[in-house]
Amino acid sequence: MPEYVLSVGMEVHAELLTQSKMFCRCPVAFGGEPNTRVCPVCLGLPGTLPVPNRRAIELVMKTALALNCTIARHSVFHRKNYFYPDLPKGYQVSQYGETNPIGYGGFLEIPTAEGGFKRIGIRRVHLEEDTGKLMHLPSGGSGIDYNRAGVPLMEIVTDFPPDIQSPDEAKEYLAQLRQILIYLGVCDGRLEEGSMRCEPNISVRPQGAEKLGTKTELKNLNSFRSVQLGVQFEMRRQIATLEQGGTILQETRGWNEANESSFAMRIKEEENDYRYFPCPDLIPMEFDDPFIDRVAQEIPELPLAKTRRYQDELGLNAYDAGLLISDQDWADFFEKAVTLGGNPKLVCNWMNSDFAKLLNESGQWVAGERERTRVTPTHLVELVKLIESNSISGKMGKEVFAEVFATGKNPQAIVDARGLSQVSDSAAIEAWVQEVLDAHPDVVESYRTGKQGVIGFLVGQVMKRSQGQANPALVQESMRKALEP
Amino acid sequence: MSISVDEVRHVAKLARLELDEAEILAFQSELNALLGHFQDIASLNVEGIEPKPHAVALRNVWADDVARPSLLRDEALRNAPVTRAGLFIVPQIIED
Ligand SMILES: [Zn+2]
Repeated sequence: MPEYVLSVGMEVHAELLTQSKMFCRCPVAFGGEPNTRVCPVCLGLPGTLPVPNRRAIELVMKTALALNCTIARHSVFHRKNYFYPDLPKGYQVSQYGETNPIGYGGFLEIPTAEGGFKRIGIRRVHLEEDTGKLMHLPSGGSGIDYNRAGVPLMEIVTDFPPDIQSPDEAKEYLAQLRQILIYLGVCDGRLEEGSMRCEPNISVRPQGAEKLGTKTELKNLNSFRSVQLGVQFEMRRQIATLEQGGTILQETRGWNEANESSFAMRIKEEENDYRYFPCPDLIPMEFDDPFIDRVAQEIPELPLAKTRRYQDELGLNAYDAGLLISDQDWADFFEKAVTLGGNPKLVCNWMNSDFAKLLNESGQWVAGERERTRVTPTHLVELVKLIESNSISGKMGKEVFAEVFATGKNPQAIVDARGLSQVSDSAAIEAWVQEVLDAHPDVVESYRTGKQGVIGFLVGQVMKRSQGQANPALVQESMRKALEP
Repeated sequence: MSISVDEVRHVAKLARLELDEAEILAFQSELNALLGHFQDIASLNVEGIEPKPHAVALRNVWADDVARPSLLRDEALRNAPVTRAGLFIVPQIIED
């Protein structure tokens, strides 16, 4: 059996986070009563003139720049002509051509299992408009809601031939892209709700073959998991078909989430004859350096650059850095704490363990619309410093942090109020150690005859005497010294 | 440049036009006359002239991203032959 090579091209559609639609000023929102966000322009009524949304153009350019694309100096909108009832005008406004889309010829880097990075080429980033929503009615006929018609939609297409060669890479590409879009504030990235949609095209070919195999396109993928499973299923199905002497049909297949398999969709193949032409209603666009520079200014530090910086400059490992950057507000919290003088490693540990756990349990968050946590970066820095200076033990720190979380009080104030400070005074510790040794001569004897494990008991007795306030590391050290003959 | 009867049929199908044989022949000759005009244009010397996607000299005509009220739904649905529950109703689409 020959080895097969998988090739996956990705088409991703992302609804842009604008206030108004692409060519009219109807509001953009999720849900709501059908056909309440429509007007003569987005309903395609005769005699109307579309006017492009400046912000949508900027958001696509911002994405294109973040994906290392070349920005078109001249760019126009085209009409893509086809009839389908979710398309009120009989055409979709889109952007055709290789160098006409706002951005082209870029790349995105994804982390690999080996700890390196792989470049996934981006062919184009262009701007178009979303369609309405068609509902098949049980009573016959179809109902249409045009609220979504004309919402600004960005399409991001990977290079051909494709760079993605495994189901994992397909998933990772989508994950990285989604995170970038969220960081850029151009799309909310909700796969389940369809504000970000992914359609991979998948082909296999025997190892060594130059020509790509026949591809199938997969639809209805609305989670990372379904992208990974769907690509994997298609890959195996195609290989099995070829192994049995069959041929792959070029077709669109749907993903069935329930039984984790793909099925051939009945789609009219008659016309891929869209007769693209420049839309005469829309004025051409020209982008000069000042415009492009201004958009570039809006780009924040991107997730991958952040993880690299956290590892290279702050000494975190890849896993911890990945957790911190998974959310921009979370990463901001961390960076503020570090700026305030917190030890990066310790701040990170607290955030990714106790803090994350308590936030999770309470449904609170560090920013945004959810209930806001009372914990500030300053609190965390103060706590970390108390532990670092041995003023309190790590165990006490957990109690103190829980109280900070519940009350928003300063860690130092909590330590003072509870009398929690840790005893690191060596004279006091040595005195407790001596008391314990005097009280348990039998245990001391058994230690000296080789049962070194009993030291745990003796240290425990010291901690008890100190009411838990002795520095355990110092007690351990002092005890060991005292037991030496 | 001339257009065949089959091409007229194809274009008619794309435009969802039902044409009989006489109409197809009539359109063939009309379209050929029209395309003849493009041949005249093609014979012009355009050396040194940049291609233009649009006839007007305007560039970057955009609107600010500010939402305004939409139509009232009844108003939006007013011209539709059939509506139900606030939806435009069309014949069943045989697909997916
Ligand atoms: Zn509208």
